[in-house]
Amino acid sequence: MTTITEVPMLPPPGETRIIQTREAINEALLQEMRRDETVIIMGEEIAGGAGREHLGIVDAWGGAFRTTRGLIQEFGNERVLDTPLSEAAFVGTAIGAASTGMRAVAELMFVDFIGVCMDQLLNNAAKMRYMFGGQVKVPFVMLTRIGAGFGSAAQHSESFYSLFSHIPGLKGVCPSDAYTAKGLLISAIRDDDPVIFFEHKGLYGDTGPVPEDMYAIPLGKARTVRPGADITLVGISRMTWVATEAAEELAKEGINAEVIDLLSVSPIDYDHVLESVRKTHRIVVVDEDTPVCSISSDICARVAEEAFDYLDAPPSRVTPPHTPVPYSRPLENLYVPNAERVISTVRKLMA
Amino acid sequence: MALEDRDTLLRLYRTMTTIRHFEERGVPETGQRGMSSSVHSSVGQEAVPTGVCAHLTDDDYIGSTHRGHGHCIAKGVDPTLMMAELFGRIDGPNKGKGGSMHIADMSKGMLGTNGIVAGSVPLAVGAGLTSKIRKLGRVAVAFFGDGGANQGVLHECMNLASVWKLPVIFCCENNGYAESTPVEYALSTANVADRAASYDMPGIHVDGMDVLAVYEAAGEAVFRARTGGGPSLLEARTYRYYGHTVFDNPLTYRTKEEEDYWRARDPLLTFRNHMAAQGSVITAAELDQIDAEARQLIDDAVAFADASPLPQPHEIYEDVYVDYPIEMMRRGANMTV
Repeated sequence: MTTITEVPMLPPPGETRIIQTREAINEALLQEMRRDETVIIMGEEIAGGAGREHLGIVDAWGGAFRTTRGLIQEFGNERVLDTPLSEAAFVGTAIGAASTGMRAVAELMFVDFIGVCMDQLLNNAAKMRYMFGGQVKVPFVMLTRIGAGFGSAAQHSESFYSLFSHIPGLKGVCPSDAYTAKGLLISAIRDDDPVIFFEHKGLYGDTGPVPEDMYAIPLGKARTVRPGADITLVGISRMTWVATEAAEELAKEGINAEVIDLLSVSPIDYDHVLESVRKTHRIVVVDEDTPVCSISSDICARVAEEAFDYLDAPPSRVTPPHTPVPYSRPLENLYVPNAERVISTVRKLMA
Repeated sequence: MALEDRDTLLRLYRTMTTIRHFEERGVPETGQRGMSSSVHSSVGQEAVPTGVCAHLTDDDYIGSTHRGHGHCIAKGVDPTLMMAELFGRIDGPNKGKGGSMHIADMSKGMLGTNGIVAGSVPLAVGAGLTSKIRKLGRVAVAFFGDGGANQGVLHECMNLASVWKLPVIFCCENNGYAESTPVEYALSTANVADRAASYDMPGIHVDGMDVLAVYEAAGEAVFRARTGGGPSLLEARTYRYYGHTVFDNPLTYRTKEEEDYWRARDPLLTFRNHMAAQGSVITAAELDQIDAEARQLIDDAVAFADASPLPQPHEIYEDVYVDYPIEMMRRGANMTV
């Protein structure tokens, strides 16, 4: 297995190996655990059926979304740890293990569950290195899930990555497809800082080209997935594809939109966005997180501060409303940004 | 303990008196330098960290509390550098960026004092997990108080450590008060140690004013952890002589009679009484000499700390991450450095 060192932000042209995002995540975990025996993973149901080995039960679930399937067979129950339903304990324990020589991955089943363990991220993972004057590294990854649109209601659907971007000491990534999921997860595990890895539930089944060899996509870098000259659309996670869908429609009207896939939510690649805006003079951020004190508001503030003279229209956003995620289908459909809302927003800015 | 084990006995006393002198001098000195709100004195509680950490090596781990100077000293952190940390100086183990509530020394297995009640408990459990997975033979002690005894994360951690049979000692320093709230009001059980039954681990209650009793009980718990027997819950009943911080008058929530009762059981005095009563070969003069040396050590520490430079402005951006563009920390903030 070779490691690709020069990593393109887009899959190599001609890559014919097509797998699902969920499989790409699984492959990144498998390859990193093979490469480095200090990598461990823990969480609820990540193997499933723990303690029933005597009945021949191993890997009953392989994760609530099957992203950890097969790990326990290869690495055993010392490195692949099913946990009690105790997020504060196991997230904190993973941070403690990471600060004493392991590379620890913990899975928080849904980001909405962060309330019961936020202290471990906020006051331990994020601050230890600073408070300790640089004495400790915390190579900790928290895998968690985001995304509405599945009838899961308000406690299983949020996309609250901005909560974590706000905290100095944490990094965050939002892969948008199978290729970026594998490459960013490999980088996250190899990184010596705490990284939150946000998996969108709506992307797991999507397929795309993924090299079998290991490759590490750098943290903190955005990519342009569709070049254009008239307006910049910034997407995060699944919203990249909503923005792209809107761009394809707008092209029919003669509006040539550039689509940026942000990928990292801390650090945010402002320069990539600013370079595009200085060319297009307009920007819309398409974000599935709520609009107040968010990534989308932050990018608009940055553009206003650093590219004010280039703007031909106000920096704008398409986001959910400042509400919890509703359950009923028509309401949830209203909640999640779609191409239609992006198109109408762009039309107003181009007028 | 066998009375002929002179070296251990002298070491226990030296640790206790060093903590005592550090607190009695360092806490007010820090206050005089304008940072009193973050400093908590552990005077009265010296026997607990001393008796527990005497069983640990530099390779073992501890997680500590907001009242953690004693844990640091007992685990081998240099009191001179600790004083520099309290004064916010660059020579502190944390380069002056942590202060009293975050003193850490990874070279001594000291995972930090912690400003969050029961905040370091999962870190110690994680260190125990590292030791178990990598077969290092190390143990981890999670110190917390009677206030921390009621934190959810502690209970989750005790369950997890028991399920995974981790080499962890949960050590409760029950000093009777969570800030001003008495333990008998806030605790549903008679003792914190009673709760060990819920997690299928031994629960031991010991006199936390008697370093020899703590030493003996902790020895069993450390041995159990080190030999694969899993976690224990050790509760040491102790007392803090001063308020929660230097700002509060403890007589607003407790009585002079109660304070006198506990001061009469002072851990240093108790140790001296043991030595005298048991006809030890350790003399009062020897202990007086150790006290004098501790006093001198702390006097020198204060002088060293005052002479240590303050951090340069650029330090504000250092060590937030291992790798992160500093420009991203400054951007939009209109900083002057």
